[in-house]
Amino acid sequence: MAAKPDLKLLGMSVSPFVIRVRMALHMKGVSHEYIEQDLFNKSELLLESSPVEKKVPVLIHDGKPVCDSPAIVQYIDEVWAATGPPILPADPYERAVARFWTAYVDDKLFPAYVGTAKAATEEERTQQINEMFAVMGQLEEAFAQCSNGKAFFAGDSIGNLDIAVGCNLLLLEVLRSMYGVEFVDTGRTPLLAAWAKRFGETDAAREVVPDVHVAVEYAKKRQAYWAAAAATK
Amino acid sequence: MAGEDELKLLGTWASPWVSRVKLALHLKGLSYEYVEQDLDNKSDLLLTSNPVHKKVPVLIHNGKPICESVVILEYIDEAYGTTGPSLLPTDPYERAIARFWVDYIDQKLVIPWKVAFTADGEEEKTEGIKQMLAVVQTLEGALKECSKGKPFFGGDSVGYVDIALGGLLAFLQGTEELCGTKPFDIANTPLLLAWVERFTALDAAKVALPDVTKLVEFAKTKRAQMALSIKK
Repeated sequence: MAAKPDLKLLGMSVSPFVIRVRMALHMKGVSHEYIEQDLFNKSELLLESSPVEKKVPVLIHDGKPVCDSPAIVQYIDEVWAATGPPILPADPYERAVARFWTAYVDDKLFPAYVGTAKAATEEERTQQINEMFAVMGQLEEAFAQCSNGKAFFAGDSIGNLDIAVGCNLLLLEVLRSMYGVEFVDTGRTPLLAAWAKRFGETDAAREVVPDVHVAVEYAKKRQAYWAAAAATK
Repeated sequence: MAGEDELKLLGTWASPWVSRVKLALHLKGLSYEYVEQDLDNKSDLLLTSNPVHKKVPVLIHNGKPICESVVILEYIDEAYGTTGPSLLPTDPYERAIARFWVDYIDQKLVIPWKVAFTADGEEEKTEGIKQMLAVVQTLEGALKECSKGKPFFGGDSVGYVDIALGGLLAFLQGTEELCGTKPFDIANTPLLLAWVERFTALDAAKVALPDVTKLVEFAKTKRAQMALSIKK
């Protein structure tokens, strides 16, 4: 039996990018030390390990830091290739499709979420919300294409794209809680609605995703921070 | 692989993202059909191959489209793993570092460059230039870290980060004329300056990168057109 890896994950419990990495580690069954970070008061360790971006997640393996969640997920998949299920598919074309949609989600969904939370006017907020609806519509189509009638984006069990999209479900619940908007509903996005339920029931999701109240509290703290910063300008 | 292997690249001559793909294909020694696109009058082929973004580059391999330059680069490396040199390093940690820097280039360099290029007022332009130069300085550090004294980000030979940055080279070389500042200079970025010399001397660069003079003229025309349409 291999020795326990020297593995640390610097994270913040409600960050979708951190959730994504924790799910990847869970899929591979890799033991690691999780260290929650205070993003309003960044630790020395975080600043040293992620000097360029100063962000979470950071995976520190044998003292060497890996930053950026897509790079981290692929690193985990490659280092622990012999353990657990594959995170990315084996076929190069399917890998390209998975990477394409992961980039799409990261470029469109998270910024729209931040835009919604940060919006100064109702008009701005509505614009951002409409952007999110457009993104979810696109992801509904992506799911139809990728899943081929199976339960998850990756097929019978979760893969890279499931965790890339799934890690954002918490944010959608935050927006539902705060603004009453439903982004994943059986009317508009039936496939995603069914998938979201299945995804929420996976071991990975149960282990790693915090309660929506925690996420709402953090969102409110962030909003207060932005408001204070804007006021001091 | 036995049988027909068909590669088609949809692109535009000026696009740095398309240049990246051309670089990779050339470095791998792969032949392909290049189809120049008119982005003001998008072809059916482009629209059906990239329905989500409707952009170039699109690589079509045996009829199957791959979109987004970075996704295409990794695809080429994986689908043609036994052809030509590897574009990404073999070590997982080095791969993660390479992926980090490519993402950094895409997220951080392009936006301030555009700001400096299109800025209306002096203040906006100065801010764009300042941010762009800060990013370039970070990339100087990245080159030092990744190359470990060797000629390229990829070491002895051209790699993923070299291609990602190299695709932008014609724009970088035109930056002084387009944005009002040199991106690289001997005092602050000596390694990058030397890297530019080496990279532009490559056969792949001569094939893949557009002529800088032509590009600068084209960019200025586009900028003037955009300014005019905004004023209306």
